[in-house]
Amino acid sequence: MSAARAAGILLAKELRVEFRTRELLSATIVFALVVVVLFSFAFDPTAAESRRYGPGLLWISFLFAGSLMLNPSFARERTNDTMDALRMAPISPFAILSAKMLANFIFMSLVEVVLVPVFSVLYNVSLSGIVCRLVLVLALGTVGLTVAGTVFSAISSHARLRELLLPLLLLPILTPLLIGAVEATASLFVDQPELDRTWLALLAGFDIVFLTASWLLCDYLIEE
Amino acid sequence: MKARYASTIAVAVLIFFAGYAALFIAPDEKTMHAIQRIFYFHLPSWIAMFTALSVVFVANIAYLATRRSKWDSLGVSAAELAVVCCTIGLATGPLWAKPVWGIWWTWDARLTTTFILWLLYISYLLLRGLLDDPEKKAVFSAVFGIFAFLDAPLVYVSNRLWRTQHPQPVILGGNNSGLDPMIGKVLLLCVIAVMGLMILVLLDRYRLEQLRQEFDELRLEQEALALEPSSIGRERS
Repeated sequence: MSAARAAGILLAKELRVEFRTRELLSATIVFALVVVVLFSFAFDPTAAESRRYGPGLLWISFLFAGSLMLNPSFARERTNDTMDALRMAPISPFAILSAKMLANFIFMSLVEVVLVPVFSVLYNVSLSGIVCRLVLVLALGTVGLTVAGTVFSAISSHARLRELLLPLLLLPILTPLLIGAVEATASLFVDQPELDRTWLALLAGFDIVFLTASWLLCDYLIEE
Repeated sequence: MKARYASTIAVAVLIFFAGYAALFIAPDEKTMHAIQRIFYFHLPSWIAMFTALSVVFVANIAYLATRRSKWDSLGVSAAELAVVCCTIGLATGPLWAKPVWGIWWTWDARLTTTFILWLLYISYLLLRGLLDDPEKKAVFSAVFGIFAFLDAPLVYVSNRLWRTQHPQPVILGGNNSGLDPMIGKVLLLCVIAVMGLMILVLLDRYRLEQLRQEFDELRLEQEALALEPSSIGRERS
């Protein structure tokens, strides 16, 4: 079976498992919302202030939500030892990993699709005219977040205290991504929005480095 | 054993002379005076840290390629050493910055990068502690180590683009840069002394890790032996 087809089947399986209950998605959305609301107590949410802190707030809530949401990605497979079944199937390890990455990308994007409009309403930041560029920034940032997050979720699923360990491994690694995403978003939240290409290049660079590394190292991640 | 004693004494003598030279022989700096002398241990500890990090990276790749446990031992030993050197650098930096820049800490590219590296390699050591299976511990920490090392340049570039305050490199930094020849000599002595110390500690730590792994294997064997008769007995009854 070709790797792409295997990945497609596994992706369908991931989506089916999640959409049967939607528990992971709904919990993550609520969590991200809680973070966004809590920030309104940490600083004065007027329009001017929101433009200054808004991008950081948005990305911090995505990073926190992501680092919690990615936990079950591999831990789920341990409950019924389904990981062993996947490993025994005649498919490449990268097919397994990339299916998980894609599924997590879709879940995270859905969280963002809900959260960004809510953020724009609550913090009085207008999105008109910048939607396409914002989607580009969100997509590049989310690719990096889910690629690194899925890899580390595979690592932390074997460890004790895995719920705590994943954010610990993931968040410091994501520093460049956070800076790039926040600065790119900030360049859109001004009066004359103009997307800063430097930060887009940084985000794309991060994505490429992490995708390549996870492609090279996936054999070691999936094996037992 | 003799070689160990000899090398320990040699490094101790080197450290003594380096300390003496840094405090009394090196010329006084024009504007910063005595406080500048912390530089003789600040810079060497960073050099030692980057050397240790490169050793971790090479050991991680070598482990994944060969699966020999010695590379895993070398990786964890060098990672611990890198964290120690980084701690020394992060502690001496603010001590120097406070009188000279007027602040303890600034979120400049180099400072932030090393701080993130410090966090990453502490996470690396924590990860090892939280993985019980020795094989998994070695494989997964090697994978994480490679990712952490690849992340370092990205952290640096992103912070560099963002904001920076740390002085431009004084050594090899362009036309106006350069050191007084005496400072250069003392610095070289300090770098050699600190590197010597680090290599000595690394070798000892490596030996300790090998012994520890050997001990763990023996204990597992012992436990397996102790379990066998009872489990067979239970099956029979």
